Amino acid sequence: MIESMSLRTLFDKVWTAHEVVAETPDTPAVLYVDLHLTHEVTSPQAFTALRAAGLPVRRKDRTLATLDHSTPTVTEQVFGGVPIKVDAAARQVHELEKNAVEFGIELLGMRDARRGIVHVISPELGATQPGMTIVCGDSHTSTHGAFGALAFGIGSTEVGHVFATQCLLQRKPKTFAVNVEGRLPHGVTAKDLILAIIGRIGVSGGTGHVLEYRGSAIAALSMEQRMTVCNMSIEAGARAGMIAPDEATFAYLHERPRSPKGKHWDAAVERWTALRSDPGAAFDLSVDIDASRLEPMITYGTNPGMVLPISASIPRKSDNAAFDKALAYMGFQAGDSMLGKPINVAFIGSCTNGRLEDLQSAARILKGRKVAAGVHLLIVPGSQQVKREAEALGLADIFKAAGADWRESGCSMCIGMNGDLVPGGQYSVSTSNRNFEGRQGAGARTLLASPFTAAASAVTGRITDPRDMLAA
Amino acid sequence: MQPIRKIASKTVVMPSANIDTDQIIPARFLTITTKDGLGRELFADWRYLSDGLPNPDFILNKPEAAGCRILVAGRNVGCGSSREHAPWALLDYGFRAVVSTEIADIFRSNSLKNGLLPVVVDAATHQWLIEHPGAQIDIDLERMRLTLPTGVSAAFPMEAFARHCLLNGLDELGYLRSRLQDIEHYEAAHSV
Ligand code: SF4
Repeated sequence: MIESMSLRTLFDKVWTAHEVVAETPDTPAVLYVDLHLTHEVTSPQAFTALRAAGLPVRRKDRTLATLDHSTPTVTEQVFGGVPIKVDAAARQVHELEKNAVEFGIELLGMRDARRGIVHVISPELGATQPGMTIVCGDSHTSTHGAFGALAFGIGSTEVGHVFATQCLLQRKPKTFAVNVEGRLPHGVTAKDLILAIIGRIGVSGGTGHVLEYRGSAIAALSMEQRMTVCNMSIEAGARAGMIAPDEATFAYLHERPRSPKGKHWDAAVERWTALRSDPGAAFDLSVDIDASRLEPMITYGTNPGMVLPISASIPRKSDNAAFDKALAYMGFQAGDSMLGKPINVAFIGSCTNGRLEDLQSAARILKGRKVAAGVHLLIVPGSQQVKREAEALGLADIFKAAGADWRESGCSMCIGMNGDLVPGGQYSVSTSNRNFEGRQGAGARTLLASPFTAAASAVTGRITDPRDMLAA
Repeated sequence: MQPIRKIASKTVVMPSANIDTDQIIPARFLTITTKDGLGRELFADWRYLSDGLPNPDFILNKPEAAGCRILVAGRNVGCGSSREHAPWALLDYGFRAVVSTEIADIFRSNSLKNGLLPVVVDAATHQWLIEHPGAQIDIDLERMRLTLPTGVSAAFPMEAFARHCLLNGLDELGYLRSRLQDIEHYEAAHSV
């Protein structure tokens, strides 16, 4: 018993190492923040608060800003010639440019070759590292947990707190083990896995908890796939999601621009190797998932927990007004089968599925095929680096030959703040993370799925099981 | 911030579960760089028809909703995006408390920082509130109790420090800055 009390989870280890002041019944912990990521949407009010209080950004060296949400993806609007179409978005972009200069923080700006979605570029640069605490005024900050960092989203007031003190006031969350054993079947991806997990524990199943994804199926995932899983932890209501770092993590980070170098690298790997839950450490909650029994998944309603295996039919639920309202919004009936439903748009991109492997998956389906007449397939790389790599590998040529629209990087149609919108009433199979009403544009109907499923559905113009096309 | 002790008001009831922050304030209104005026866009896609006119079926457009300062919502209200624009919009509209059986983490935290009370009650109290829209109720932050017009009252939890700040009108940043010496010690000890 005494023995087991000293056993600690990965989360406990990272949390304790960042306690400046431990929590008491009367006061939350003062938690140190190693890396503060910032973007244009949730930072303006925080800079205003700093200015009003006459405070500087305390640790400029631990603050990294980029532009992603409001930025256009049309090349002429990004690289000049044509002004940004959405006025308010342009103002927000210029506001961050001004604030970065005034407060002296690093901004990977509009024409920077390193720009992209904040959760794509920080790992790419090697700025995201195991054992760190990472925050951003953005709920999908959970993505960085794939590296064994404790990473979570905060509000704009807290963005101001971190600017001013490099710390946050936090109550210690509880822990939740998500054990995934077995092998993902052919054509079933990390996206399908996380959608299945959310379907199982529900959109508030993780509230107040930090998830740790563990087991053989998680260990077998690449870093990009692990990011897809951790990214959607917030869609289960969780504070964060984490995966213990291992050889795959170290191999990914080795020689990245901001990774430790030389003897610092060796010391870091030694430190990072200890970042795993002690065998037998207790979690507050746990769930077991058998990866080998999963199918491609797709959502049918207006939250990510309303999700089904692609070959299934929409369930019947009596006496559930929210369920009925969701189906009415989607224009679906209980009992409908998902396969074969017509679509108008397919969107491949976002911080969930906008990395190189995701584009390679899409290309496997799209190579030698054409997008169905009347369907708009929008493919948006998660960063400018992903864009360059995809172009160098010939993926962009495959996309263009298929009739897809290939853009500059950004959040794009995931959030529809930047001119990229799904028209009202239309159906979009999207690789992003939220199918909330109006998320992709007022009246837009979003079906969340993997890059395989989005690409396959774009080709047929109907919801399609991608395994049929992968086998061929 | 103004100290908050009690809120007494009639309720507006939105019984749906999982009302996410994209509904509370749709993304296209996040391009502002201040906090002001978001009340007009609160629940915009439910509140206005596609021609911009008020949707007469939506609760906030009904005469009985006028002046109500307490929103009773279904389970897991405030899920999704971390946008603090959600509590800003609710406050700007006039709400002072959100009551549910479950409130999403980031939304709860953001609400506390702006003086919007996130009140989590037991299922029976919640059910009563859902079944009695427009009920005049009292929320007492000091005693951490919500009282129904029947006289029945229910306890609700509130994080001690946030409660202290709300009762005294304090800003959490002041406390964090009072710990700057600890922060400097931490940085020196960890060479960060
Ligand atoms: S891609 Fe979507 S979910 Fe990710 S940061 Fe951008 S808007 Fe948020």
